[in-house]
Amino acid sequence: MSTLPTPAPVITTANEEFWKATAQGRFVLQRCTACEEVVWFPRRHCPHCWTEQLASFDAKGTGIIYSYTVIRKGAGLWKDASPFVVAYVELAEGPRVMTNIVECDIAALHIGMPVEIVFHDTGEGNALYRFRPVTN
Amino acid sequence: MSIRGAAYVAGIYEHPRREIPDRTVWEIHTEVALGALADAGLSMSDVDALFCDGTAGFGVLTLCDHFGLQPKYVDSTETGGSSYLAHVGHAAAAIAAGKCSVALVTLAGKPRTGKPGVSFAAGPENSFESGWGLSGAPHSYALAAQRHMYEFGTTSAQLAEIKVAASIHAQYNPHALLQNVVTVDEVLNSPMVADPLHRLDCCVVTDGGGALVIVSPEIAKKLGKTNAKILGHGEAVKHTNNGRIDLTHTGAAWSGPLAFAEAGVSVQDIKYASIYDSFTITVLQTIEDLGFCEKGQGGRFVMDGGLVAPFGKLPFNTDGGGLCNNHPSNRGGITKVIEAVRQLRGEAHPEVQVPNCQIALAHGTGGSLGSRHGSVTLILGQEDA
Repeated sequence: MSTLPTPAPVITTANEEFWKATAQGRFVLQRCTACEEVVWFPRRHCPHCWTEQLASFDAKGTGIIYSYTVIRKGAGLWKDASPFVVAYVELAEGPRVMTNIVECDIAALHIGMPVEIVFHDTGEGNALYRFRPVTN
Repeated sequence: MSIRGAAYVAGIYEHPRREIPDRTVWEIHTEVALGALADAGLSMSDVDALFCDGTAGFGVLTLCDHFGLQPKYVDSTETGGSSYLAHVGHAAAAIAAGKCSVALVTLAGKPRTGKPGVSFAAGPENSFESGWGLSGAPHSYALAAQRHMYEFGTTSAQLAEIKVAASIHAQYNPHALLQNVVTVDEVLNSPMVADPLHRLDCCVVTDGGGALVIVSPEIAKKLGKTNAKILGHGEAVKHTNNGRIDLTHTGAAWSGPLAFAEAGVSVQDIKYASIYDSFTITVLQTIEDLGFCEKGQGGRFVMDGGLVAPFGKLPFNTDGGGLCNNHPSNRGGITKVIEAVRQLRGEAHPEVQVPNCQIALAHGTGGSLGSRHGSVTLILGQEDA
């Protein structure tokens, strides 16, 4: 598999804490202290009970593949990166996050496969979170 | 209050061309508007309400200025390709409330020979979805297809049956971009775009547009022709649900029951259905969610010509749909309403006209099954329905 482009995300006041933590290899989730719901993607309010009492915590960085696709022809930055894998990974904490699956045998991928997080430096003070199959 | 019988689709027009390099988007808007008004037997001076999507410049401001209209009711609801079905429902509600009596809905775009689509301002999800290489609708819909296959055993051959049925219909449409009948094998042997979707699982990219004229019962009566009565409407937004996205259901599971309840009819009453077909998987999930078969049984339902007009279990997209005929401006919603009205009028091609088509359904899906989308269901009927 080709090396994937690693574009820096657009930073906003709503997501800067999340992206800052990625530079330290941390994937930060929020939990609502009022209703206990884990929130994804980061925001200032809980989309479950609409209070603004969210507490951040570090996710384990593990999950399973909820769904995936192999992009056979990318565009833009990804023009020469194909084939590559885009997936939803269901984190151990519950949320399903969009990501890439890397360091994998594409033919062996399957829904339900256990995966673990890796961080790829964007060169701009943060890192993209991607997942690879758990090998042990 | 219900909109059942409160308004009629009196005028329809689908631009006959699929490549329009010699017209601006605005000229296409005018062409389809005048076409639908002529079909209704009305003129621009009769229009007192305008509906368009969020791609038309500054929405209704741009179009009112361009057309030279001064309506008393406007709506630029933007739910992607399902916008125009929402417009019909909203127009019917506005007419029922006495806000207007002749509503014009127009769509135009040139993704084939002009600029590719519009881009909207980035939402809060952008930083978490734009960095992975998804660069087109097929990539995102593929995520939904893969999960549906995993949960229900749906196969690529079953998805291909949907394209085959659309192509059987498209051979009778001289305006269709793709008029060749294809086989399941041809779909399966077309290049893989994003697993499990092949090139022939995807809709066409066309220039063009369409327009609708929605009128009050009083005006419909005066026009004295076969008009399509609006029986019911339902709409829903299905999104990522705080990171708990479910890729195997669409918003049709919510919009469908609303529309059926308002219309007072059931799935058994539907003689013809226009089902949004951006991709084969869009059709499969939608017919399940609307209740034409049990969840997960869509693959079996579409086999053996289940969707083929006029005698399949559920004749669908008899114009060839977005899969073969037309997907103007990368948005298939308006053509879904147009073909449903043709069926109710008995004006579909004779080879695909459903006999005694008294009640029809049209469903739109805008956005992406892989993230967030708008679903709108309309139920339309003949005068005595």
